[in-house]
Amino acid sequence: MDRRQVLKGAGSAGAVSVAIAAGLLKPTDVFAVDVKVFSTSDTGAVMAAVGGSGAEANAGVVVGAPDIAENGAVVPVDVTSNVAGTTSIAIVAEKNTLPLIAEFNFSNGAVAYVATRIKMGTTSNVVAVAKAGGKAYRGHKEVKVTIGGCGG
Amino acid sequence: MAMKLRASMSGDTADIKCLMNHPMETGMRKDASSGKVVPAHYISNVTCTVGGKTVVDAQWGGGISKNPYLALKVKGAKSGDSVTVSWVDNMGEKESVSAKIA
Repeated sequence: MDRRQVLKGAGSAGAVSVAIAAGLLKPTDVFAVDVKVFSTSDTGAVMAAVGGSGAEANAGVVVGAPDIAENGAVVPVDVTSNVAGTTSIAIVAEKNTLPLIAEFNFSNGAVAYVATRIKMGTTSNVVAVAKAGGKAYRGHKEVKVTIGGCGG
Repeated sequence: MAMKLRASMSGDTADIKCLMNHPMETGMRKDASSGKVVPAHYISNVTCTVGGKTVVDAQWGGGISKNPYLALKVKGAKSGDSVTVSWVDNMGEKESVSAKIA
């Protein structure tokens, strides 16, 4: 199976169930985002996978990032969800070649907060999708990137 | 150089800060001299435990910057509790580091 086929298969539920049957995915992994989504370049598919497609914009999901990033290879980003009962936060750089950056799951007293540094290929929105009580909420911040940081 | 981990209490919340050493190759970058694509090599899973309980479990792609920085906050932790951050990458390499909350 070459890489293109894997990418094409990434969007279909069939590929997921085949992967489970083949023992490639533990059942517990299925509750989190499918690892293949990390190698998907379709932002729409990524948003669907993290539950963000129909997510309502919520001022409680706060993305902190610089207005202008001189170096796209290192963009400091922090996300706080003030939505009560937040269990996970996904970070998506909308216009990156591979938009899904990370997903964080919180338990046992962890605050729905994360700070890290991400790569951005070009100026785009950094979107955070927070899940709470079976619903998804989104927040975003636009970052202007002077020099892209996605290699090549 | 190994991973660095610091944890300290701020009111009722533990601030956890971690620096990891990893190339975080996306698999899209071309080597400047050879022109060949550098294979993907990135941390794919990060777990943080406090007092043996998982508080944060994260899945990453290659979009996290090289030598990743991660900061978290945990309520209900207390000074002296043990914090561990561990990662596994897409090539099966792994590393972890522990510290006590100051």
